[in-house]
Amino acid sequence: MQMLLDQPVLAAVLALGTLALIFGGVLGFASVRFKVEGDPIVEQLDSLLPQTQCGQCGYPGCRPYAEKIAEGDVINKCPPGGQATVDAIAQLLGVEAPTLDAGDAANAEVKRVAFIREDECIGCTKCIQACPMDAILGAAKQMHTVIAEECTGCDLCVEPCPVDCIDMVPIATTLATWHWQKPKPAGLIASDRDHQAA
Amino acid sequence: MTEFAAILLGTVLVNNYVLVQFLGLCPFMGVSNKLESAIGMAGATTFVLTLASICSYLVYTWILSPLELEYLRTIAFIMVIAVVVQFAKMFIEKTSPLLYRVLGVFLPLITTNCAVLGVALQNTNKGYNFWQSSLYGFGAAVGFSLVLILFSAMRERLAAADVPLPFQGAAIGMITAGLMSLAFMGFAGLI
Amino acid sequence: MSAPSMDTKPEQHVRKIYPIPGGVHPPQNKAQSTQTPLTEATLPKQVILPLSQHIGAAAVPMVEVGERVLTGQLVAQAKGVVSANVHATISGTVSAITDCVLPHPSGMSGPCIVIESDGLDEWQPLEPCEAYLEQDADTLLAKIRAAGIVGMGGAGFPAAVKLAARSPIQHLIINGTECEPYITADDMLMRSYPEAVIQGTLIMAKILGEPEDLVIGLEENKPEALAALRQAAEGTRVQVVSFPCQYPSGGEKQLIQRLTGKEVPSGALPASLGCVVQNVGTAYAAFRAVRFGEPLLSRVTTVVGEALEKSANVEVRLGTPVGELLSQFGYQAKKASRLIMGGPMMGFALTSDLIPVIKTSNCLIAPSRREMPANNPPAQACIRCGLCAESCPASLLPQQLYWYARSEDFDKLESHHLFDCIECGACSYVCPSNIPLVQYYRSAKGSIRQAREDKIKSDHSRQRFEFRQARLAKVEAEKEAKRLARQQAAEKAKQKLADNPPPAAAIPTAPAAVSEAGGADAIARLERAVESAQARVTTAQERYQEAVAEGSERAEQLLAKLKQAEVRANEAKQKLAAAQAEPSATPVETSDDPVAAAIARAQAKQAMNPAEKAKANVESLQKRLAKAREKLAEATQENSDKVEALQSGVEKLEQKLADAEQELAQTAGQLEPVLAAADDPAQAAIERAKAKAAAAATLSPTEKLTSQIESLQSRLAKAQTKLAEAQAAEADNQEALALGVSKLTEKLAQAQQVLAELEEQANP
Repeated sequence: MQMLLDQPVLAAVLALGTLALIFGGVLGFASVRFKVEGDPIVEQLDSLLPQTQCGQCGYPGCRPYAEKIAEGDVINKCPPGGQATVDAIAQLLGVEAPTLDAGDAANAEVKRVAFIREDECIGCTKCIQACPMDAILGAAKQMHTVIAEECTGCDLCVEPCPVDCIDMVPIATTLATWHWQKPKPAGLIASDRDHQAA
Repeated sequence: MTEFAAILLGTVLVNNYVLVQFLGLCPFMGVSNKLESAIGMAGATTFVLTLASICSYLVYTWILSPLELEYLRTIAFIMVIAVVVQFAKMFIEKTSPLLYRVLGVFLPLITTNCAVLGVALQNTNKGYNFWQSSLYGFGAAVGFSLVLILFSAMRERLAAADVPLPFQGAAIGMITAGLMSLAFMGFAGLI
Repeated sequence: MSAPSMDTKPEQHVRKIYPIPGGVHPPQNKAQSTQTPLTEATLPKQVILPLSQHIGAAAVPMVEVGERVLTGQLVAQAKGVVSANVHATISGTVSAITDCVLPHPSGMSGPCIVIESDGLDEWQPLEPCEAYLEQDADTLLAKIRAAGIVGMGGAGFPAAVKLAARSPIQHLIINGTECEPYITADDMLMRSYPEAVIQGTLIMAKILGEPEDLVIGLEENKPEALAALRQAAEGTRVQVVSFPCQYPSGGEKQLIQRLTGKEVPSGALPASLGCVVQNVGTAYAAFRAVRFGEPLLSRVTTVVGEALEKSANVEVRLGTPVGELLSQFGYQAKKASRLIMGGPMMGFALTSDLIPVIKTSNCLIAPSRREMPANNPPAQACIRCGLCAESCPASLLPQQLYWYARSEDFDKLESHHLFDCIECGACSYVCPSNIPLVQYYRSAKGSIRQAREDKIKSDHSRQRFEFRQARLAKVEAEKEAKRLARQQAAEKAKQKLADNPPPAAAIPTAPAAVSEAGGADAIARLERAVESAQARVTTAQERYQEAVAEGSERAEQLLAKLKQAEVRANEAKQKLAAAQAEPSATPVETSDDPVAAAIARAQAKQAMNPAEKAKANVESLQKRLAKAREKLAEATQENSDKVEALQSGVEKLEQKLADAEQELAQTAGQLEPVLAAADDPAQAAIERAKAKAAAAATLSPTEKLTSQIESLQSRLAKAQTKLAEAQAAEADNQEALALGVSKLTEKLAQAQQVLAELEEQANP
């Protein structure tokens, strides 16, 4: 003890070294004891994505994108989900919500389904193979058609069509899907009104 | 007993770490957007703060003091805090994935929470004994949790309120924090 | 506001009235329309009958355009349980089944049956029933269901569904409250037909298994109706109760609380408390349906407002366009600020005067501008006065809901019980800042419902996508496994050959040993076959001789059989001879390793491209055809009875061959596009989308357009070459291709135009 007091440098090194060793041991034990398998966040992310499987994020489907987000990819690459999805993911991950990446964000808000102009279809089955949802019915040399209820509007069938007979049709509002619009809040404060006018 | 009560009252209200001593402001502003995450953060900070003040007391009293290495306390405390935070992170990730998700990036932030280091240093400055130190740490954490939760509840309301454009976002948060701080100044004469 | 009023006067039916929270007292405006007695509106020239006048599935039309229908005839049948029949309300001709504007806040159109009146009002024969209270509950319920009766108070829930409650019912409450300003339809109905309302109540009580408590509740602003009902209820066990006015005590849950003191829990139905609430109009309609067999053809509607010359209640045929109805009341369109269907608190503005009166239309208001300004005063900031919370009959926190609805915080809205809001409008009514609170709630409810549906759909999509992925993976794995198996087998075979190092003499031994063994077996089998064939020939001969001896008619048949047997026996003998002749030589190749042979065949097939495949197909078909023709020739020579069958077989083969040849021609033409298709189009498409997204992220709109134009041009070029090819090959998809090309050209032109505009904007 006296020896350590006589040599403050040695004492300091020893003290901090010992502390570091003990703490290292504790953390090492904890990392083994409290090991977590897998990443449950992927499931949660996947459930927030719109499951159009459109690949617009650059990954082949929604789950791969969820995995990439869990690995740290940016969260604003999903145009079909719109800003709502970005916000939901941001909330899940506890980060600031960025604005949607794609240029046609406004376009993405409108839901669409593919529609095959059937008299022009030549029955090449290319759209069937491109459809990630198995939402196109048909056989070789037979007319194809889209099961509208299963179509997620991902757009992937449009490009492969050799005769350009697939349209993306916006889903019309029906009596069943109609609902009241949110009233526009009045610009109540002078500065807000100026801003809106500008 | 009165002494313990005084410590508790002093740290929670009179010398509140956030609103009176202005320590730990970054989680106070950062994690107060949602009530749920604020509660989680409050719980985690309470856990870390209490544990850190106990550990730092032990390290100080049993290692640094006998070796006359008091001048090393800052670096030693930082090490203690870092280890406690890391331990807490692993523990929470294992026991409560939900809380872990809610806390997200803010859990490691506790490491750099100046309130934690502040409490450890204040303990040694004031020469508290073991029980006093742990109570002081716990009281500071309760004070932090109290204002964090109050503030997040207010910010939730603010998020939906008609705030004039120049004040929207962080600005109105700062103003609110300032007003809360003024309110807490009112406790000054309590003890 | 919620002051309970316990000072009910001592009346013949003493019943405790319970307080309800909240509520407002808007000016009642009920006197205008109660001055004249209830009359019948003139028959409409045309009725428009929406297929969905109720909550639930739309009815299915049962008539066709041009069909003549009689008043009371079923024109659309309920689809499923929660639905209601629709009947013709006048006699005439169905002129259209088409989309018409509906009485709905959206102002949207929906399917309707339009009937032009013949002015005769000729009724379909009805089935009256005198002793209706002696009928059993199921018969009564069936009659009500068949009559298409729905809740007449406004919601339009099919009455039969509510009356078929599964849980035991203690309280049947008939709702004559009519708490909304202006509306007096129920009031006039009760004054005019008190007996029918009471009898209707008794009928419904019978259906519900005679609940112990039958009560008709009305607000105390209807003394005439109260008196009339009380008189009619003498001697029955129906209680008629009045209570102080307070909007919205006519809400289903509010009325239950007022009369029984029980509060319907959040998310539960009144039936869970043993209560069923029906409107007086429903009771009246139920009585007419059961007593006279009359379906729901008309309803009492209040027509009121300062833009009319007179205001009154009328019994109007369903489907009457509101314009036609209003013209009977001296409607001055210039004076009116708008047309409202329903009351001023919960009603909605009509967009057209062709909108029909339906089963739930209890009121039509044509207010002047002074009475109800066309535009609501502008909303101002919430001053947090809390009046809305005081007025809410569901004890919600409207102000909190407002903030959360504004910031679209749906979780918080649900945790503040948004879905318990009955949209009565009391909060909007009291709001000093004129905030359209109810519209916020309606919009938020709609968004939440939509989000729920989207969630369900996206879960479903995920399932489908994952299933597809799994299926593709499985197919891939199976292919891989087969490939591996073949490879292994081939290797094994090679190994076998290599392992048995073939000293010249030994080569045949191993396989030959096998094949000899197999060959011996085969020979034995063939010998047996020959023996049995010969045996059959002998028996056939015997029978034939017998038949000839008897001079039987069957002789000829037997002769044919004999010949067949002989042919077979010969064949068998030949086979045997052949087998014996080359006992060891034959199988070396084949029996050695069938797997290897199969592999070779499969590989050969795989190596063939479609055109070659088609060619091979054609060749094999030609061979088969040749054989078949030979057989046919033989058969004709022998004059066998198989000729016809063979003939048709040859024809079929010829057909097939023609098909195959055609296919060959086509595949040859289409070969290139087929080959050009990547093996996984989805992957390719994703790649393309990826590239596009990456490019789009960095590009300005002009650049984006340019790239779009480029891609269009390349697509156009591709399409044109395809078209040219198709024309060269005279393929049948020429037209489609040509159309595609013209469309692409159009798109390209458009894009170029937009680009030009953009550039102009950029450099003015």
